[in-house]
Parts: sequence; C-alpha cells; structure tokens
Amino acid sequence: MKTILLDGLPLPFADGQTIMEAATEAGIFIPHLCHHPEFKPQGSCKLCTVKANGRYVSACTLPAKDGMEVENNSPDLNDKRRTLLQMLFVEGNHFCPSCEKSGNCMLQALAYELEMLTPHFEQFYPDRPVDASHPEVLLDFNRCILCELCVRASRDVDGKNVFALSGRGIRKHLIVNAESGRLADTDFSLADKAAQVCPVGVILQKRKGFAIPIGRRRYDVEPIAMQVECAPSRTSGEQES
Amino acid sequence: MGEDGIEAERLDELLLGIVERHGGDPGRLLQILREAQDALTYLPAAALTVIARALGLPRARVEGVAGFYSFLHLAPVGRYRVLFSDNITDRMLGSGELLDRLCNRLWIERGKVSEDGLVSVDTTSCTGMCDQGPALLVNGRALTRLSAERIDRIGDLIRAQVPLADWPGEYFRVDDNIRRRDVLLSSQWLAGEALRAAIARGAEAMLEEMKRSNLRGRGGAGFTTHIKWESARRATGRGERPTRYVVCNADEGEPGTFKDRVLLTSYADLLFDGMSVAGFTIGASRGLVYLRAEYAYLLPSLLENLERRRQSGLLGEALCGQSGVAFDIEIHLGAGAYVCGEETALLESLEGKRGVPRIRPPFPVSEGYLGQPTVVNNVETLCKAALIAIEGGAWFAGLGTKQSTGTKLLSVSGDVESPGIYEYPFGVSLAQVLRDCGAGNAQAVQVSGPSGSCLATHEFSRRFAFEDVPTAGACMVFGAHRDMFEVARNFAHFFAHESCGFCTPCRVGTSLVAGCMDKIANGHGSQYEINEIFQIHRLLHVASHCGLGQAACNPLFDTLHRFRPAYERRLRSLDFAPAFDLDQALAAARQMTGRDDAAAHFNERPLAGEA
Ligand SMILES: Cc1cc2nc3c(=O)[nH]c(=O)nc-3n(C[C@H](O)[C@H](O)[C@H](O)COP(=O)(O)O)c2cc1C
Ligand code: SF4
Ligand code: SF4
Ligand code: FES
Repeated sequence: MKTILLDGLPLPFADGQTIMEAATEAGIFIPHLCHHPEFKPQGSCKLCTVKANGRYVSACTLPAKDGMEVENNSPDLNDKRRTLLQMLFVEGNHFCPSCEKSGNCMLQALAYELEMLTPHFEQFYPDRPVDASHPEVLLDFNRCILCELCVRASRDVDGKNVFALSGRGIRKHLIVNAESGRLADTDFSLADKAAQVCPVGVILQKRKGFAIPIGRRRYDVEPIAMQVECAPSRTSGEQES
Repeated sequence: MGEDGIEAERLDELLLGIVERHGGDPGRLLQILREAQDALTYLPAAALTVIARALGLPRARVEGVAGFYSFLHLAPVGRYRVLFSDNITDRMLGSGELLDRLCNRLWIERGKVSEDGLVSVDTTSCTGMCDQGPALLVNGRALTRLSAERIDRIGDLIRAQVPLADWPGEYFRVDDNIRRRDVLLSSQWLAGEALRAAIARGAEAMLEEMKRSNLRGRGGAGFTTHIKWESARRATGRGERPTRYVVCNADEGEPGTFKDRVLLTSYADLLFDGMSVAGFTIGASRGLVYLRAEYAYLLPSLLENLERRRQSGLLGEALCGQSGVAFDIEIHLGAGAYVCGEETALLESLEGKRGVPRIRPPFPVSEGYLGQPTVVNNVETLCKAALIAIEGGAWFAGLGTKQSTGTKLLSVSGDVESPGIYEYPFGVSLAQVLRDCGAGNAQAVQVSGPSGSCLATHEFSRRFAFEDVPTAGACMVFGAHRDMFEVARNFAHFFAHESCGFCTPCRVGTSLVAGCMDKIANGHGSQYEINEIFQIHRLLHVASHCGLGQAACNPLFDTLHRFRPAYERRLRSLDFAPAFDLDQALAAARQMTGRDDAAAHFNERPLAGEA
C-alpha cells in the first residue's frame, strides 16, 4: 500500500489522488477555500499550501507520491495561511456581523480556526455593486473570493456557464453570462448546483434570510477543522444534521 | 443603432466575416477579438455577443478573455491611443516628462479619453525598445527615440488627425543596435541550411547532437533543451488525431529585454529553421509563434518570410523534398499580458483563453497545446538549435563554460554609452560587459529584468552562467546618480499591473507591496512598511502559483539588502539607525576589486533629482 506521511502520520492513498484527497479520506483537515471534493481541483486560493518533501505546494492539486513527507499543521504554514486570509479579507468588503452567511461562511470559519485576529493590511474597499435583478437570488459581489466554485458548478454540473471571470490581477472579478451583465438575463435558477456552492456570502437566496439563527449555524456548532467532508456531501450554506 | 453608431446588421456582417476567416475556430478567439477591435476601435458589448454566438461559446467566456488583455478595450477609447512605455529605462530617459508634455499639448488628463473621442494617453509595460527609448505605442505601433520636439510634432499630427500611415517613417524606425557579435549574430546561413543538415543527420542523431551540445533554454529557466525535446518525442499524443507541436515563445515581456526583437527582425530564417529542426526531431508537423503585441509591426515581414519558405519547399508537405516530413508555422499575436510569457499561460492564450498559468504537472511536453505533447522554447534557444544542426553539438559545447555552453545574447540598456545587443560566450563577467558598453559609473545592474537579480558594485566580478548569475539576457545599468528605491518602486508596480490575478498571494500581495512602496515614496512610510515587504516577499516567494508571483518581490528584496539607505532616508521616523554600516560591509569587496573610488562607497549619495 502506498502511503504519504502527513505530519508524521502514515496515510494510504490510491494512484492519482492528491494530497488533499488522501488527507480528506483519512479525516484530516487541510485548510482550503477553492477546493471542493465534487469539482475539478483549481489551486488558486493557496490556503491548502503544505510542504511536501521540503517544497511548498498546493495540497489540492499535487498528486500524492509514495513516501512523500508532508507538513501541514505547523506554525510556519498556518502563519502563511493567516496572511492569505487577511489578504482575502482586505481585498473585498467583508462585514461579517451584517452578512447572511455569517456562521456558514468558510472564510470566516477559517479565520477563527487560524486565529486571525485582525485584517492586518489596509482595506482596499473596492466598489462592487450588488446584482439584485434576479427574482430568487441576490449576488453580493463584495464578498467574492474568486474561488470559481460557482463557475465550475455551472459549467461542469449545470451545463450552463452562468458565471465566468473577467479582468486581470487585482481587477479580476466575477461576471455573469448576459450582455446586460445582469443575473436576471441569464438562465440561472435557484435549483442550479451553482446556487449551492458559494463558500462565502455572494450567492444568496432572497427572502430566506437568517432561517437558522446566528450562533446555531454550521461553523458555530463545530469548528471547520472538525468537519472534514468527502465527496459528495457538502451543500454549503445549509447546516448539516 | 449600436452604442458605436454601428447598426446591428452591419456589426453582424463585419464580425461574422472575421469569425469566418478564422474558420469559426473558438481556439482563435484572441485573434478574432484583436481583429474585431482593429475594425471597431473597441469591443462593444454587442460585439462580444455576436462573436460568442458565432463561435458557439458562452458569452461570459468571451467577455472574460476580452477583459484579461491590456490591449483589448471593453469601453470606448480614443481614435489615437498613445501608450508610453513605462519601463524604468524609459523613465530614466525622461518619458514621464514627455507624457506630461503631450497631455498638456492635447489638453487631456492622463488615462482619460478626450471629450471629442480623439485621443487618450497612458502608460504600458516595457515595449522592448529600451536601447532606443523613450518609446511609445500609437494604436499598437511602436515609436522610438522620443524627444520634446518629436512629442510636440506628434501632438500636432494627432490634432490634425493625420492617419498613422502618413506620419514620418523615421518615427517608426527600430534599429537592431548589435554591438558585439559572436557565433550566432555573425552566422550567415541561408534559409533551410539548418533544416537540411538536421534531415541529413536523422531525428535520433539530431537529438544526440542536442544532447552533446548541452544547450539550455535562453528564456530564463535554463531547462536543458534536449530533455524537453526527447520527452516530447517519446510522449504519445491524445485523442483521435494525436500530434505534437513546437511553440516559439516570442512574448519577450521581461522589462529590459529586447534580444528576441532583433532575432525576429534580422534572423527570422534561423528561427524558423530552428523551429523546423525541432519539429523534425520531435515528430511535430505544426509550429506556432506567440508574438507579443508590441512587436506586431514585425508581423508582415515574418509572414512574408513564411510564404517564401513555403514557395521554396522549406515549409509544408514534403520538407526539402522528403516525403513524410511535413511542417508548417503559424503566428499568433498576444494582446498585452506579460504573464503570457510563462509557458503554460502562453499555451492557454494560444488556445484563445485567458492567459492563466496551468497546474503542473502535467507539463507541456506531455500535455501542452490542445492537450498534445508540446515543446515550448524561447526564440534564442531555437536559433541556437539551428546552429547546432549545422555545426554539431560538440562545437557548441566547446563554447562558454562546462555547465553553460554556447553564447548568450545580452540586452544592455540604461546608463551606458552604447545600449544594444551584445553576444558573449557564457562565463563573461559583468565587469567585462560593463566595460564594453561604456557603463562609467554604474552602481547597480538589474540582471534578467525585474524577476532576476540586482547586483551592486562589489558583485560586478561575477559571471553570467547558470552556475553563477543566470540570465535571460537583460542588463539594465544604473549610474551612481540613480535612485535605486525608485527603480524598485517601478518594478513593484509592474508586477502589480501584470499579475494575472489567479492566485491569492500574487493578486493581492503585489498590490499591497506597490502600496507600501508608494507610501514610502510619499514620505509616510516607516520601518513597518519595510517589515511588511519582507513578510509578503516570504509568502509570495513560496506560495505563488507561477514564476511571476514567486519573483515579484525579488527586486525589493535585493535593493533592500544592497541599497537600504535609499529606502531609509524616506522613512518618517528619522531616528531610525541602520542596523549595520553598509559602507563598512563593502570594505572586503573594495579590497578584492582593488577599488576605492567614490562609486565603491555608500556615503553621501545624492537624492534623485538633486544630481
Ligand atoms: C512570468 C513569466 C514570464 C516569462 N516570459 C518569458 C518570455 O517572454 N520569453 C521566454 O522565452 N520565456 C519566458 N518565460 C519562461 C517560460 O516559462 C519558459 O520557461 C521558456 O519559454 C522555455 O523556453 P526555453 O527553455 O527555451 O528557455 C517566462 C516565465 C515566467 C514565469
Ligand atoms: S461567487 Fe462565491 S463561489 Fe463564485 S467565485 Fe465568488 S466566492 Fe467563489
Ligand atoms: S503568481 Fe501571479 S501571475 Fe502567477 S498565477 Fe498567481 S496571480 Fe497569476
Ligand atoms: S484549496 Fe488548494 S489552492 Fe485553494
């Protein structure tokens, strides 16, 4: 049986599996945001950065190799992850207390998990108008972390391509598939997989706010690191029983 | 009527014509968008819808591509679009003042379109004319050797709405400026010579010669070329029509680098021979050149050259009369994105997508262009492969050093008497190069562009070679009167502008660092900002997805170590004392180099602008 050593613990893996998949199957948490067990790996948020045989790599994209020694839960790595979280926080506009996703949000949950106490950097305060055009769904771009989960879900599961990215660098932003730029003019529907995958509070169902009170939500109940999920399980935004 | 005053019907007709000329191939999206913009001056929302429909692509995908590249515009732009090259070498030649002068003459604000829609003036990343700057682009055409007079004249031409074709030809002159020739630049082989030599040797034997030559890539990473070629040759293609590709990286976006420009101008036959040799050796029947948009002015002569080769049997079916040996070459234009020089971003762009670096593995040699085994090589690497086909690997290995065989083209610019191209065998010392180009009072040299390294006087005895100072060729020289902080600040903004935005550390980190540098420049910085820069550097260096982010803080890191006073004299807390005496730290180097002149000391260097 082929194994990797994750923080000294031997974990078996099958050929072709990534470090993330091997860890997940063993119930070990590696911080992540753009990774989702049901979708093709993306490797962009870099929260899953680990050290494999001395080199920094993305656990969600690097295939495991027999005998590979992987460092995951270390002060150095968690320090780097905290900085990445701080970057994501200041890049967008995240006012957790007024956010419907609070308690169900992976970004917030990871910030707690990695003991991020302040955003540290100066806020960018980008101007990102919300799109309330759709009858059932609100898009609040202020909180988008550009993980492309909605892009992948719409393209690969819904077969619709409702979402895409445009712009470059710090101006990169989410767009929808309509000449008007409005979600109402796309074929998006609340039943789409893409409506379920946003790890933060961008894609929100209208008129259903705060169905579960803050304090009893998914990551309020149990820290994110205790909720390791294998495919196919997660419907982010809902509290799982 | 459309936004642009173009009727929907005419828009349809125009765009469908363009799409059709590209065979309705979604892979050619970037080329189609470029042509559509040439016809419309910008890409209105309605145009993207038509193109998407015609190609059978989601509209958002088309908009995503159009929004990625600096030279594609989603909003109306001036009929004359002036972009000043913003490399530090252009700035040192006064480009900033010239930009202001032009804006004043045209009564416009930088970055905004004039109210009558006539003109806009802004900056762009290095246009590769550092040896004859300051330079700018007007509607994509390169203009060199700007002066105050020339700028005034350009202002007049724009106000009089004179078509670009009627501007003085002299403005568009681009010189090769070859200053030192070695084996490559003095070669005079006829078109096809190298290809015939390779065919005569046979593919396996040619590979053997490549191995013997120990040629390493000239694009920056220095990967051994024969290993790449061999891996692609051994790899099997995928799908119903398995094939292989040779891709020439002519993106040359690294600020301060312009040697590929000269090779593409005056050694195109050698390049195309090199590509054909690579194709023959790895068993590829198609080659693609990815040409940076800034060099689009070279396209007509390159296409003519390819046509000539087809006529004389050097391209097409039955190369050189050998049945079963087929190869043809196609040229794709970029659209203003430095990251597309990264080989996997380049492949994405060639496929008509956003230029975002791929996840590796798989590497291009096994899954490259359209998923097929692909060799990506730099222009200079391919030219050298052509020489190896003719002269043999042993001959090549006899030049340079053991680990760095052959010669290297250096692009020399900045504070030197004779900027231009210098070809040396590997192993040449920086000091030698500086003597030859007339760099009298250099305090620093930025080697291999912003993503390379910054060397100070005590390091000038080091040698260019993969085992000492590796380089893709750029040498930007900074005289003692230059402010190294401003150099680093220019580079920080370059990376922030060019980050593709895919990964968090580079997307956000490059902007944060540029912000820190601005804060220090404005006199509001403190030791805190310097610590921030170091912290962000440590993160980007290891956690970025591609080489751009990994190298983005290098110039700051280097200058902070070598020219810290340039930062410190701007810091707000004046009571800060340097942790160690830099001048004293140089004592050993002074002794080693036998120097004791003013430039070998750190004391009392004047501030920029005071010199
Ligand atoms: C951000 C970035 C930009 C690059 N730009 C170029 C370029 O303009 N030209 C080039 O030949 N290689 C460039 N490279 C290196 C290429 O990725 C690749 O290594 C090279 O084309 C391989 O060719 P070679 O082996 O012949 O050097 C760049 C790399 C990075 C990370
Ligand atoms: S909207 Fe949500 S799922 Fe989509 S990219 Fe933004 S953060 Fe990710
Ligand atoms: S390092 Fe920068 S350029 Fe490279 S993938 Fe990340 S964001 Fe894009
Ligand atoms: S989870 Fe691996 S990069 Fe985002």
